[in-house]
Amino acid sequence: MKITKDYRFIGKATPRKDAAEIVTGKATYIEDVELPRMLHGKVLRSPYPHGLIKKIDTSRAENSRGVRAVLTYKNVPEWKTGTPRHVRVLDKKVKFVGDAVALVAAETEEMAMDALAHIEVEYEQLPAVYDVEQAIKSDAPQLYDEFPGNLMPLDVPVFGPRTLSSIVLGDVEKGFGASDFIAEGTGSYENIANPLPLEPPGVIAEWSGPNSLTVWSATQSASWHRFIMLSKMGFPDIRTISTQCGGSFGSKNYSAQPMFYAAALAKSTDRPVKVCFSKEEHFGAFVLRLGSRFRGKVGIKKDGTVMAVQGEWLVDTGAFSDMAQAQIAVGLGELQLMLKCANWDINTKLVCTNRNASGVVRGFGGQELESALIPILMQTLEQGNIDPVEFFKKNYVKPGQGYYWRDGNHWVSKSKDYTEAFERGAQTFGWAEKWKGWLKPSAVNNSKRVGVGVGVHGNADVGEDVSEAYVRLNPDATVTIHACVAESGMGQRSSLCKMVAETLKLPLERVNITPPDSLINPFDFGLVGSRGTYAVGSAVISAAEDAKEKLFKMAEDVLEAAPDDLDSEDGMVFVKGSPDKGVPWRSVIGLMHTCTGFGRFEPDYSVPNFIAMFVEVEVDVETGKLDLLRVVTATDVGQIIDPPSLAGQLHGSIGSAGIDTAIFEESVLDGNSGHMLNLNMMDYKWRSFAELPRFDNTILETPIQTHRYKAIGVGEVSTSPGPSAVFMAASNAVGKRLEGYPLTPDKILEALGKINL
Amino acid sequence: MADRTDQRRDSIVLIVNDVTHEFGIGDHRYQVAACDTLAKTLRETLGLSGTKVGCNQGACGSCTVLLDGIPILSCMTLTVECDGKQITTIEGLQNKETGKLDEIQQAFIDHSAFQCGFCTPGIIMASRALLNKNPSPTETDIKDALSGHFCRCISHYQVVEALQTITEKKKK
Repeated sequence: MKITKDYRFIGKATPRKDAAEIVTGKATYIEDVELPRMLHGKVLRSPYPHGLIKKIDTSRAENSRGVRAVLTYKNVPEWKTGTPRHVRVLDKKVKFVGDAVALVAAETEEMAMDALAHIEVEYEQLPAVYDVEQAIKSDAPQLYDEFPGNLMPLDVPVFGPRTLSSIVLGDVEKGFGASDFIAEGTGSYENIANPLPLEPPGVIAEWSGPNSLTVWSATQSASWHRFIMLSKMGFPDIRTISTQCGGSFGSKNYSAQPMFYAAALAKSTDRPVKVCFSKEEHFGAFVLRLGSRFRGKVGIKKDGTVMAVQGEWLVDTGAFSDMAQAQIAVGLGELQLMLKCANWDINTKLVCTNRNASGVVRGFGGQELESALIPILMQTLEQGNIDPVEFFKKNYVKPGQGYYWRDGNHWVSKSKDYTEAFERGAQTFGWAEKWKGWLKPSAVNNSKRVGVGVGVHGNADVGEDVSEAYVRLNPDATVTIHACVAESGMGQRSSLCKMVAETLKLPLERVNITPPDSLINPFDFGLVGSRGTYAVGSAVISAAEDAKEKLFKMAEDVLEAAPDDLDSEDGMVFVKGSPDKGVPWRSVIGLMHTCTGFGRFEPDYSVPNFIAMFVEVEVDVETGKLDLLRVVTATDVGQIIDPPSLAGQLHGSIGSAGIDTAIFEESVLDGNSGHMLNLNMMDYKWRSFAELPRFDNTILETPIQTHRYKAIGVGEVSTSPGPSAVFMAASNAVGKRLEGYPLTPDKILEALGKINL
Repeated sequence: MADRTDQRRDSIVLIVNDVTHEFGIGDHRYQVAACDTLAKTLRETLGLSGTKVGCNQGACGSCTVLLDGIPILSCMTLTVECDGKQITTIEGLQNKETGKLDEIQQAFIDHSAFQCGFCTPGIIMASRALLNKNPSPTETDIKDALSGHFCRCISHYQVVEALQTITEKKKK
């Protein structure tokens, strides 16, 4: 399988560069950052799901001990975020329980909290709506004047004028006419789970001049705070610095709300202000997954050829849209990677409702769409008695096949055929032995039924957007990578050091990377869509190669040889084949000089990645409890960069609102009061050490045409195939088509006719 | 130390990582207020920010420190309750003289037994307590001891592996 494996660092486990800081508690997260004169900001939140502020009196709060500013909709800056721009810092209208009503900055957190209690607010309550289909009815309460019918526009300006918002291709009627099996229905993935990084979001803002803002944020993509927020805040010069980030999973790419609050309070106090959300705010007023409902029809032939997919995708974004439109575009693209089909007619509606908003979460549209649609697709496979492994293997995008991506353009895959990875995963799992057919358990032990399921997913965003990097060779034979790359758990900062150390043949400890700070680094789009390995990797590798070329040019006279005949290893430059007659970098570069290379990656949407997930579950038909017994992932990554980091990304499919959204994870919204009922870590369910399934990763390494190390990222995608795979496995275990996510005991017992809800 | 629980007093003593600190009771700077949690005192008053507060609801385990050797949730413990107690935090695990890392810290580095690292100090403290009590825990013992610790990145498998390597080394 492996063609060239003679690497010093690539593919070998090396300790993370920040490992010592993490295990000794020295790593600095946002809550650990203290600036001189810093104030603390807190947010007063709405107790009502929908209402108008009729009167707000802040005078008592302003006179509270230690208070330096109180802001309401009357005196905040006119900034607006969201897609399109519609989310103010504070508004006269509240649109969900937990919506921000007022902001306080005080000398201590406690003083700010005390002051919140002294703000008096009178609301006029308005009727609220929580269901997508209710929300688009003509008599439904309206959240925004500018979005009649609660329908939001589907454009994403940065994706261009043809942003993907529907798939209409071929002739679905003909397709259904030629289908052997057709299923129709509604699939719903609406548990609006929380990606729930352990560390809540937080931002510190400081103005160093009327138009010059610095923000520190717990983020996975430092530059989003700059390039996304510039236009939304009237183009101040924004410098963003990422602190060590205690998990993100998409949600903390940028924290627009905490950033607005901190920046507004800092502006009015002329002091740095820290706004860190509590866990309750993290649950009730930060990022959730999109609600996804698919109502439609799928037709296939006996041999598993997909003939037609038709339907309407109803996407619930909650009280505002941050990037729902972008997720719709990418989700529609990802569906085409999973299902080869000539006839499509999928239209989308993006709807706002009176609950905490959805935002960016790993899985980014595709997980939501597929989890809703696959239960319908499953019925056609059931009718045709088709093995889902054979079906997915046949239909996953192959090299040379095309798809429309987020920009609305047609791309042709120059990735690889992932069939072998899929087959190897099936072997590891023992699929052939365990698969007994649709709605058939693979084992029965008294009241316990075992079932198996499979899911696939891929993303062509591994090459999305732009990355730039400088690589600076220092005369002491150390190297500094300048790239705006944060650390939120992927280990990508260390992996980039490995790529550069390998390229320059230097010991790994001599290669370091600058802090994720937009002032000192060129542009990088950030660690999203599994793009770290290919996109960011390409930029730093090119920069290293460019620097090396310059070094050899400088060494031309010193070594009296053409640059092409030179090589460098361990900080020595020498004529190829004569490493013993080398000169140190310092003699070439000069003690008072450095040698810097530049690299840039331009977008490439032609290399989809791939992951398959096999799961085995056990359902107790007496109690309705669903246990996850085993998970096997299958992927081909071209070349592993760092084995433990990759394993961590794949294991991560259990967390961050992934597999467990099919088992127990959900944000419980009370349809009467609009309150979330589980805003804490006892009532929001999560998997503990004691409940780990057996977990195996099947990772192939067949080189792929990306960059020098032939690698492709898969981190972001690992959660996505999980929910529908569990859904399939549980249905097979109990011998009945189940409904909805998560499959909590009540849903299972109801499906079995044992209880009536 | 004598039991002082029934006495009214205006100061308390904490022994943190072998250093004795005396605090006045009150809400001025460098004092301990009656409502201060141990997590707040450690992080804000003593500057020991290695102890992380993930939920502040006693549910995620990230704020775990050792109180007289027993792992406790410092976000659910009032500092005034800890008068005269020995507290060990993540900053106190390294050998003070040699700077050598604790075997658990080293194993976590060797196995990359973390991703974002925010839960790591709490998990390491709970693991230290486990190994102090039971030098050769089984896989189930390890999982039970850590079952109160939330790790959203899912580094569980690498954590268990790192701890098992320590116990295996000892057996040899």
